[in-house]
Amino acid sequence: MPKRENLKKILMIGSGPIIIGQAAEFDYAGTQACKAIREEGIECVLVNSNPATIMTDEGIADKVYLEPLTKEALEAIIERERPQGVLAGFGGQTGLNLAMELDEKGVLKKYGARLLGVNRDSIRKAEDREEFRTLMREIGQPVPGSIIAHGIEECRAFVRTAGYPVIIRPAYTLGGTGGGIANNDAELDVLVTSGVENSAIGQILLEESVAGWKEIEYEVMRDAKDNCITVCGMENFDPVGVHTGDSIVVAPIQTLRDREYQMLRDAALKIIRSLNIEGGCNVQFALDPLTSKYIVIEVNPRVSRSSALASKAAGYPIAKLAAKIALGYSLDELKNYVTGETSACFEPTLDYCVVKFPKWPFDKFKTASRRLGTQMKATGEVMSISRTFESALLKAITSLEIKRDGLRVPYIMKMGDDELVRKIEERDDDRIFAIAEAIRRGIDAAGRGGGAHTDTAGLFAIDNLHGITKVDKWFLGKLYRIVKMEKTLAGTGGKLDAAIIYEAEEIGFTDNEILKLSGARREVLTDIRVYNDIFPVYKMVDTCGGEFEARTPYYYSCFDAEDESRISDEEKILLVGSGPIRIGQGIEFDYCCVRGVWAIKELGYEAVIINNNPETVSTDFDTSDKLYFEALHIDDVMNVIKNERPRGVILQFGGQTSLNLAEELDRRGINILGTSFESIDLAEDRQKTADFLAALGIKTPPGFSVTTKEAAFEAVAALGYPLVVRPSYVIGGRAMQVVYTDRELLEYLTEAVSLSDDHPVLIDKYIQGKELEVDAISDGEDILIPGIMEHVERTGVHSGDSISVYPPHTAPKHVTDTLIDYTNRITRALKTCGLVNIQYAWDGDEIYVIEVNPRASRTVPIISKVTGVPMVRLAVAAMLGHKLRDSEYGTGLYKTMKLTAVKVPVFSGAKLTDVDIALGPEMKSTGEVLGIDETFEKAAYKGFLASGVQIPGGGGLYVRLRDSEKNENSLGVVRAYINEGFEVISYGGTLAYLREQGAGAAEMDAAEARRGIAEGAIKAVLDIPAAPNRPETDSFEIRRYATERNLPVLTCIDTAEAFLLAVRMKKSDEQPVYRTLAEYVGAG
Amino acid sequence: MEGLLYLEDGSLYRGKGFGASATNVGELVFNTSMTGYQGILTDPSYKGQIINMTYPLIGNYGVSEIDNQSEGIHAFGFVTRDITYRPSNRCSVMSISEWLRAQGVPGVYNVDTRAIAKKIRTEGTVKCVISTEGIAREGAQSLMESVPLRADYMKDVGVGERRILQGSALDGLPGRGLKIAVLDFGIKRGIVGGLTGRGCQAVLFPYGTTADEILAIEPDGLFLSNGPGDPEECGLGIRTAAALMGKLPIFGICMGHQVIALAAGGRTYKLKFGHRGANHGVIDLDTGKSAITSQNHSFAVDADSVRGGGMVLSHLNLNDGTVEGMRHERLPIFSVQYHPEGSPGPNDSEGLFDRFVKMVLAVKAGEWKGGADA
Repeated sequence: MPKRENLKKILMIGSGPIIIGQAAEFDYAGTQACKAIREEGIECVLVNSNPATIMTDEGIADKVYLEPLTKEALEAIIERERPQGVLAGFGGQTGLNLAMELDEKGVLKKYGARLLGVNRDSIRKAEDREEFRTLMREIGQPVPGSIIAHGIEECRAFVRTAGYPVIIRPAYTLGGTGGGIANNDAELDVLVTSGVENSAIGQILLEESVAGWKEIEYEVMRDAKDNCITVCGMENFDPVGVHTGDSIVVAPIQTLRDREYQMLRDAALKIIRSLNIEGGCNVQFALDPLTSKYIVIEVNPRVSRSSALASKAAGYPIAKLAAKIALGYSLDELKNYVTGETSACFEPTLDYCVVKFPKWPFDKFKTASRRLGTQMKATGEVMSISRTFESALLKAITSLEIKRDGLRVPYIMKMGDDELVRKIEERDDDRIFAIAEAIRRGIDAAGRGGGAHTDTAGLFAIDNLHGITKVDKWFLGKLYRIVKMEKTLAGTGGKLDAAIIYEAEEIGFTDNEILKLSGARREVLTDIRVYNDIFPVYKMVDTCGGEFEARTPYYYSCFDAEDESRISDEEKILLVGSGPIRIGQGIEFDYCCVRGVWAIKELGYEAVIINNNPETVSTDFDTSDKLYFEALHIDDVMNVIKNERPRGVILQFGGQTSLNLAEELDRRGINILGTSFESIDLAEDRQKTADFLAALGIKTPPGFSVTTKEAAFEAVAALGYPLVVRPSYVIGGRAMQVVYTDRELLEYLTEAVSLSDDHPVLIDKYIQGKELEVDAISDGEDILIPGIMEHVERTGVHSGDSISVYPPHTAPKHVTDTLIDYTNRITRALKTCGLVNIQYAWDGDEIYVIEVNPRASRTVPIISKVTGVPMVRLAVAAMLGHKLRDSEYGTGLYKTMKLTAVKVPVFSGAKLTDVDIALGPEMKSTGEVLGIDETFEKAAYKGFLASGVQIPGGGGLYVRLRDSEKNENSLGVVRAYINEGFEVISYGGTLAYLREQGAGAAEMDAAEARRGIAEGAIKAVLDIPAAPNRPETDSFEIRRYATERNLPVLTCIDTAEAFLLAVRMKKSDEQPVYRTLAEYVGAG
Repeated sequence: MEGLLYLEDGSLYRGKGFGASATNVGELVFNTSMTGYQGILTDPSYKGQIINMTYPLIGNYGVSEIDNQSEGIHAFGFVTRDITYRPSNRCSVMSISEWLRAQGVPGVYNVDTRAIAKKIRTEGTVKCVISTEGIAREGAQSLMESVPLRADYMKDVGVGERRILQGSALDGLPGRGLKIAVLDFGIKRGIVGGLTGRGCQAVLFPYGTTADEILAIEPDGLFLSNGPGDPEECGLGIRTAAALMGKLPIFGICMGHQVIALAAGGRTYKLKFGHRGANHGVIDLDTGKSAITSQNHSFAVDADSVRGGGMVLSHLNLNDGTVEGMRHERLPIFSVQYHPEGSPGPNDSEGLFDRFVKMVLAVKAGEWKGGADA
């Protein structure tokens, strides 16, 4: 049956802001779905509050509502748009939950819209633990012994018979929030309480643990004719017990015999059929390696992170096909978009091995527990493809950008045996490196055994390691092969030959690792390589193992005989992507890369992209003219350049990842398009920047670059506190801090950074004031400033974590005029070409430059969307010689739109227990939303609504202020809350201060406050801590406690002031009005 | 150990050898299955062929005592990108290399199996010399010229004499009490299991068995098995099948399907490189529904050729539109080109065995009405 009649308009629900467990994969899926809908001539209306996405950009959906994903907003939009169908399966858990609500409330029925692809019944059966279990039993699928519980008593009773360990899984949550494995009563109490609180319906599943079994996933698709296929089976390196989002995942499945594979495949098909899903679905199994018995762990009745991974791994666009199926097509009517000829009703076969490796934020969150469990902690992931598992794994490690060239990690190699065992047992993010070290020792032990026939021996024999880790011996055997190669290289004594280099390369060793291990000089390696032509070849991802000719230009490197990469005669531009999503470098850079690729194509060049993030639009098979799925390491990038010989390379859009390649590429004589390396270096080196700006008569916060503690204290003498301290070359304000005392400074210098000549620390005067941000495009002669954003929070709060406002809501004209003048002068003098982002501070008097970023920034998608100025396109055009003055957007400051846009950051605070949520110079947010309306108040209200924070109309406000904030300004804000009907509650010094100032406050100590939060007496927390990031303080604990219960926790007085606007709006009778982005922009 | 592949067009691939130290001449084909190498190697239909696996990591789960599709390996050689010396699976009793060595079959790894598959795709299946004995190009060349390929292995891979396999004794099986004559051209254990697992008694007859010999045991139905080679070489099988059409309900798989086509007066032809894998979509024209199938065939039935003989096309390959199944317009006869037993591969079409049992029962009860799914 071709597409359903009578579908003229479809509403797509997006997934909203990026949070841990719900990230860029939904931009990828949603973008594919929007395109699939429009291809059919159906109007696509999209609602998504996330401005950093490609899907909310021009050209993807017909209408975009950048509005909060609340049921009120959706109801209003449905009433206004009257779609015949609603697609919710592409918006993650957020989309599904909203669709459920709308359906239950009768909204869909009322307006004649129906859910496509999924239905309420299937969502409920898949997501409600009890219904799911009943269904599984009906169709004969095994599930572990378990109970559905709402409180601790039931759980204790269950454990009395079932015993420990048990797994706690909250119903209706993202990324396993609040779940975990309990081994004893104490852990059970904690996990059950948080699980119940995290569940949207206060329900958890308590089940017998199958920790240690193999974890296997299948991505399944089904159409209305009941045709079913599995797109990809995947096997986790980590056994059951680690969330699949935090697991190293391998595709295809490696260690199952065909019978086991088919047994689980049959089960997966049976399950999707029983759920009646029309579209895609993910089924997770646990398989007991000792008996081949299995249980069904869970089902996601929608596209997911796993389906994005499977799509990229197999070359099969699941979301696109799921959308077509939702429109009424059957699989046999659809074609394989990769071959262009064969049928979509087939199962992709891989002729390579894929490894997904998670990217964790522990480099940012020093206090966070690194142990992995059922609660996901990764912010992003990389994927790598190769002909061997070993090579795919090592490529993935390179792609992570964690400054590791292989499996050897010095701090782990220094551990004693007992410590190493503990490390392995702890199962943290470095576990695989610890296992590799154990294998190293196991090999040594076998060697010492003298003539023993085993490869490994003693404590760290492979069998023992399997016993400790439950990681399949096949994987351990692969690590063994890598470690053996390390030893072979180390044994060469620097005498490399072609055979050994080839063998090492074939299993994925990087040049750096080969050099370090062998002790050979780089020139020797290069000579042998060139003389023997030892370079990677590129092979195609074609879904069919070469059985059919494929059209998609989707490649990966490997060491093998035949190179398949077809190099066209077109002039090419290479764009370097942004790698895995991490805090400080998020989806906005993928937005810029995708727009960059489009612009390159529009300007008549072939667009070639290198990237390794499987979640994104940029790595979709039809985004660029040619996609290389590779690490963004200089060697890998150079190999692609050698192969493609592009006219130039664009580094501006991939964030700091791509920009960091500038120096190496420049040194190799590669043409960097846009701002040159020299200028990049000038902007990135703080001392050079300061000198250069001083020459222009522009102020920077006075500061010093120091390499010793003595020099640091000399700087203090010259500048005085407070100070901003940070290492040079930073990303996302990493390891940046405001220090107020000698003690804090000393602590920072000893604990947070390693001072050395190579790693200077920058000490700047802390300028307290307003922060403003300018994004500009320059063509070397003129600049265009599409818009300026003003931050709500004062300086000292990382720009990524600030609420920011377009156009500036308080800065007077003379300030913005100065910013324009400065930006003009800086870009000219720096000779930037393309995008530049400059952050300024205004202390009420002087204007300082805080940072010059000669690249795309987090705000580019926002400003592009709210002004309608296609910033990335203009930037690419400028890099390729086009002049801004010839464009329709002109030069100078672009007209100010008649709208206000408020960007509100979103934190994944509930996921990373033990991380302080207090705002500071270190970025902590994982995503953002945009509120757009006519006024600042209304836009801010929408922004807060969209961020998902609860907006109370009154109740208890728990207030703690650090000494420097005990002032009139803060008092004014507190009084305003009192006027809105809040009851102020406080403790200690703050309480005394408030009472003294006549702001009546009740008293609660930390324990009472926690109870107040739990019982609902406290509705919001205003806590400006003197010493954030200290888990031992009671204020840290209260912030955490409140965050985990989704209460607003305001840690900057400016945020509190803005939040008050939202409170007032909520209490007023005025209902928000929802309009399309085009309507807002058009009005300007 | 060195490994060498020498192709008819003169191209030479050098890799490492594994398995037995041996040299063979065969037809080089590729298989795209990601699992089930043990079932593939022991499938008698691969007799005379050298199998190039497109999935690069082979041997991961070793070799078990329960996954053979016949008594041993039939393929003449095995080509992979990489092999695992440390298999991991509870059922594994040896590594792939140990097994090939024990079975006397040469293997070559560390060659570009994707390039080889693409070559076969472009140029068609090709004659090939595989050697792990360190022979030189010249040696390979002369073997290439002196050793002919056989297209009639179906004559000797089946049972040598009649063999009775009892049906499963489990309660409630639909085929309980049915006696199915099987003309064995090299049957897979998975297919036998498809019959005996439903309670049927399977009586395996060797190649060359006549219709009268089969009718003498008074079977309730006839099954025509899979097997290696060119179906047109299966002359005695075709003659027997033709003689039994209309006398017994018949189900044929793979070679059996082709034999039915030929018996009905149709033609078969050799595909450029065949279908070998576990991922092809096949549509059932009667129901409009599709299934993912396991495939292993070099030849296909000419769609136009069978229409005159009363056969109706019932299944088509979704990729290339080739014939994947037929049924007779009146008589209780149907067949599929693909492998409903999987082994290895998906079990999606297992229901065809039930369909056969139902058909046999209906004929037995005198209730057969003909048509798509009577």
